[in-house]
Amino acid sequence: MEIQVNGESRRAERNDLPGLLRELGYSGETFAVAVNGDFVPRAQYPDTRIAEGDHLDVVAPVVGG
Amino acid sequence: MSAKLELYGERFDSRLLVGTALYPSPAIMRESVRESGAEIITLSLRRQNPEQQQGKMLWDYIRESGCRLLPNTAGCKTPREAIALAEMSREIFRTNWLKLEVVGDDYNLQPDPYGLVEAARELVERGFKVLPYCTDDLLVCRKLLDVGCEVLMPWGAPIGTGLGLLNRYNLRTLRERLPDTPLIIDAGIGAPSQAAEAMEMGYDAVLLNTAIARAQEPVQMARAFRLAIESGRSAHAAGLMLQRQTASPSTPTLDMPFWQQSDPATQ
Repeated sequence: MEIQVNGESRRAERNDLPGLLRELGYSGETFAVAVNGDFVPRAQYPDTRIAEGDHLDVVAPVVGG
Repeated sequence: MSAKLELYGERFDSRLLVGTALYPSPAIMRESVRESGAEIITLSLRRQNPEQQQGKMLWDYIRESGCRLLPNTAGCKTPREAIALAEMSREIFRTNWLKLEVVGDDYNLQPDPYGLVEAARELVERGFKVLPYCTDDLLVCRKLLDVGCEVLMPWGAPIGTGLGLLNRYNLRTLRERLPDTPLIIDAGIGAPSQAAEAMEMGYDAVLLNTAIARAQEPVQMARAFRLAIESGRSAHAAGLMLQRQTASPSTPTLDMPFWQQSDPATQ
């Protein structure tokens, strides 16, 4: 399926969020996820399904003022 | 007057909060934060590809620093964006403290008062300790208090400008009308003298980033700000003299030599 990851389109196989994040190369705990602009708590990853055209945001700490 | 800064029930010795951005290097950032004496530092979240490791490196430093974290929602233009980013921050940084920013204008990064109040209301309901970056408008500030903010962070001037306290009348009004609310000047401070002035005015603390990070010698500037803020706070506690328009001699006039009652030059 075709999805948007951090604003860029790409193809992905997995539609379960934990599997998709692994497929995309994310590991560890220093990131957080939003799907279509809504925050998805880590505890809900296993129950979250990603569909064609969904927008995924994966963020991590950066410096800020 | 309490010697410590109290925010949401927590006490701090330092009245300087600093940002972590724009430093020439991570090493200079760390040294500057240390020299500033800050106990609260701001940071943010941005999109990250899996191969990038900055997020983890920054996170490791932050844990070592022992500082309280104040994640921001910089760049968010709607309550929806700010609320989503706030939730992501709470999960990653494991704190419900939040520097809430809802920007209403790209040119001067002015806080959007309507979006800010709406986002603050929702975030307070969700259990966040919201420190809103706001304008210096008394009625907006009151609304933010009404929806549950316990600390306000009015701007001195637009972010990154270094213009200092642009609207002293409004800032003084806020201080006088909200005497029991912790007020932090956030943004626009360019020089230690401006930070000292805010503290002399009775502000509880100052949050800044660019003025230290973009100094030619950031570590030295961090020290300068620490001293200025201590100085301004001390001056406020001591009570400034009243200003007057006419001169008043400080040296005693009584028993002035050469003075003659009949001398026309002295009359």
